[in-house]
Amino acid sequence: MSEHIVSVRVYITIFLVLLVGTALTVWAAFVDFPFGLNTIIAMAIAVTKATFVVLYFMHVRYSTRLVWVIVGSALFWMGIMFAFTFADYFTRSRLSIGT
Amino acid sequence: MIESHAATPEIHGHPALQHHFENMEQQREAGTLGMWIFLVTEIMFFGGMFLAYTLYRNLFPAGFVLASNHLDITLGAVNTGVLILSSFTMAMAVYFTQTGKLRPQVWCLVLTLILGLTFLGIKAVEYHEKYTDRLIPGRIIPGAHFGPDPHAFHLQAGAPELAQIEMFYWIYFAMTGMHALHMVIGAGLLTYLIIFSLKRRFDPEYHSPVEVIGLYWHFVDIVWIFLFPLLYLLGRHLGGH
Amino acid sequence: MKPIESFELPSPSKVNYLNAVYGLKSWLLTKDHKRIALLYLGSITFFFFIGGIYALMIRLELLTPSGDFLESTTYNKVFTQHGIIMIFFFLIPSIPATLGNFLIPMMIGAKDLAFPRINLLSWYVYLAGGIITIYALLAGGVDTGWTFYTPFSTTFSNSYVVATGLGIFINGFSSILTGLNFIVTIHTMRAPGMTWFRMPLFCWSHYATSLIMILGTPVIAITVLLLAFERVSGVGIFNPKLGGDPVLFQHMFWFYSHPAVYIMVLPGMGVISELIANFSRKNIFGYSFVAFSSIAIAVFGFLVWGHHMFVTPQSVYAGMIFSFLSFAVAIPSAIKVFNWTATLYKSSISYDTPMLYALGFIGLFTIGGMTGLFLASLATDVHLSDTYFVVAHFHYIMVGGALMAYLGGLHYWWPKMTGRMYPEGWGRFGALVVFVGFNLTFLPQFIAGYIGMPRRYHAYPPEFQVYNVLSTAGASILGFGMLIPAVYFVWSMRYGKHAEANPWHLPGLEWRTQSPPPTENFEQTPIVTWDAYEFAPPEETEVVGKFHGEVERAS
Ligand code: HEM
Ligand SMILES: [Cu+2]
Repeated sequence: MSEHIVSVRVYITIFLVLLVGTALTVWAAFVDFPFGLNTIIAMAIAVTKATFVVLYFMHVRYSTRLVWVIVGSALFWMGIMFAFTFADYFTRSRLSIGT
Repeated sequence: MIESHAATPEIHGHPALQHHFENMEQQREAGTLGMWIFLVTEIMFFGGMFLAYTLYRNLFPAGFVLASNHLDITLGAVNTGVLILSSFTMAMAVYFTQTGKLRPQVWCLVLTLILGLTFLGIKAVEYHEKYTDRLIPGRIIPGAHFGPDPHAFHLQAGAPELAQIEMFYWIYFAMTGMHALHMVIGAGLLTYLIIFSLKRRFDPEYHSPVEVIGLYWHFVDIVWIFLFPLLYLLGRHLGGH
Repeated sequence: MKPIESFELPSPSKVNYLNAVYGLKSWLLTKDHKRIALLYLGSITFFFFIGGIYALMIRLELLTPSGDFLESTTYNKVFTQHGIIMIFFFLIPSIPATLGNFLIPMMIGAKDLAFPRINLLSWYVYLAGGIITIYALLAGGVDTGWTFYTPFSTTFSNSYVVATGLGIFINGFSSILTGLNFIVTIHTMRAPGMTWFRMPLFCWSHYATSLIMILGTPVIAITVLLLAFERVSGVGIFNPKLGGDPVLFQHMFWFYSHPAVYIMVLPGMGVISELIANFSRKNIFGYSFVAFSSIAIAVFGFLVWGHHMFVTPQSVYAGMIFSFLSFAVAIPSAIKVFNWTATLYKSSISYDTPMLYALGFIGLFTIGGMTGLFLASLATDVHLSDTYFVVAHFHYIMVGGALMAYLGGLHYWWPKMTGRMYPEGWGRFGALVVFVGFNLTFLPQFIAGYIGMPRRYHAYPPEFQVYNVLSTAGASILGFGMLIPAVYFVWSMRYGKHAEANPWHLPGLEWRTQSPPPTENFEQTPIVTWDAYEFAPPEETEVVGKFHGEVERAS
């Protein structure tokens, strides 16, 4: 079976996108966005960059469903860890105990 | 009830085919799947540190901004570029292996290795700066306990933020240190790839190792894509210094 | 068609994985999953023995109310080391690394696991972790409890926390490598016709176990590593001096360690599914429910860790969520218990030794699981937390459950692994002694804990003595009961009756090749046309391939 070979054009495009993303995130860090949006913008850029790496450099876009499931479950389990831990921390102060 | 593969004299003659696989396709599939699953463990491994980071950044926003502003944004950004470029050359190495072009394949691998080492070199410069500023937390370095000049952070001696700054640097060193360790391991793997490429072990039909190590390298790049804004860019818009 | 009953005994001189190559090197460098399984079997037995000695010391100390046999600090080390050895170096690798390693490729018709070298590496990693841990024990031991709670472990303990932590960190990788290997193998190496829903339930439960190993183990690895760094550097993220929260450690620890209790018991459940179906000669009741309940346990097992933290500053709101989900996670376990019992109904049960262990498992696991629900209720747990009730709870599951399943599975597949039969009479006797000894040891602990005896102290008020005397007496019987199989297993390797290819007359793929199997498991890659536990009339069960041309296809 011949697997999908990603073209050089795509690789170069992704590379440029990533560089632009890096410049963008540095620029955005110095802009005073309202509502404390800075962190959210920084994370949005990082997630976008990571998505491009995963989809094209790591070929997930052309991979089997199983690989999608694996990547998805890793993120899902990270989500579990964060969600339940912070379910504790963010509700502690309601009884004014602890940190 | 049981039939057998009575007639499987068809020899899959590729020298790299291991005896327990039926064919190269199955072997390649297993290798890629294995690496993806390994990357899942890596995500969870770093995930534990990201969890701690998130908690303490929420608890100590001020201290984290002060500490982050002390990091060298130029070196951090340059290193991000270096790592992205190395990811690109790694992807190209896979491309040239898939298309059977040996010379560019080796060159891409060598370039990736050099870029990886450049990243580590710049990281070492940064670590050294932190060392001279006495920002290495606790008593890891004998004789150079954590004890930065508070005025460098516009703080009075004994200010409570100093403990928070130490917390930031503890996490900074844990995360970037673990990331650097992964880079070192990656450099070792690249060296292996270069040697075996020169021995002409890989070809379009057998390129699993290049592809799989490529996946690892891109993953390490992704970790840095998150570390850079989370560690270097906090509260820059507040006009610290 | 060759009826399996009239199948000729393969002559003992036949080439198999045990005698294909000779010499120490052929074992230490083997890539054969079956040999690696035996390497693991040997090493975990060694660790089980060490852990057992610590158990003996604990029970001896607790025979009398005063702390007369061990100093309090020594006692702290003894129960800590008992827990660490038994959990990380015995129970977690026990069934997966021995029975799973041996059987998963055979059950799905593969020649080996997907990554034989990684499989061998996992054993060496396990050994490295074990050696470092043993070094720590010999150098002075560790006294933090197997849970390593901060800030005691980071700041106040005067024992070998860093070395032990390193041992556990390294050992974790062996678990990860095993899990990775199983998942890839089950995905890519199934024989033609071996669909997911034809796999024996043993494979399903190991798949679920591997998911936990992959997703959970890295978190304990980083947690223990951060703990070690914190101890070395003097400050860190769990340290209140920097504003750190010691309870964060518990979150990260239990994120792995609650799912880890399912790493210990899920493979056991897989063994029990095999034993129940095969020894009652009936297709398992509700195959897909049992299969998916394993996956459900693996997933929901990650949502309940906070039930270990009800008496910490953890928010009560989080506590309520964790309590509710802990009740929910009991459902898939209960599904399994109900399906096993439904399978037994109106079946033709044969009470061989493995089945005795399996029946014991069902009862003991049920008690262990039900008492888990007591502990998962917020208010009840405040009373029961850190008492012997908790100790009894988890021993009912880990010893009454996982260990019984391990012993049952070992008896069941012993003929396949070694080519020898164990003595059935002694087997049944041993199973009975173990069952009686176990209950006598741990049933009194429920009562002692319920009326308030705390865990982890070397002395206790005299009114608890009666329960402790009973428990120590039970432990002696249990220990004696364990020695019985230990002795006859060793004996049988030399003197046991030669085993047929299929001594239990079962349809599973692992029984359709000679005992012990050849290095490549099957002469030819099998093509599977039947479901698991499809008890066809015996004439229709056939053996894969031919035994070196000795047996011709009849019919
Ligand atoms: C029905 C499912 C289960 C529930 C609801 C449950 C519930 C609990 C709870 C609430 C505790 C904490 C008690 C306390 O410290 O106050 C606990 C402790 C424990 N459980 Fe379970 N459990 C279940 C199944 C299991 C299984 C399957 C295992 C092992 C294979 C297990 C092993 C343990 C261990 C080792 C501890 C003690 C940890 C320590 O040292 O503090 N449990 N269980
Ligand atoms: Cu639990």
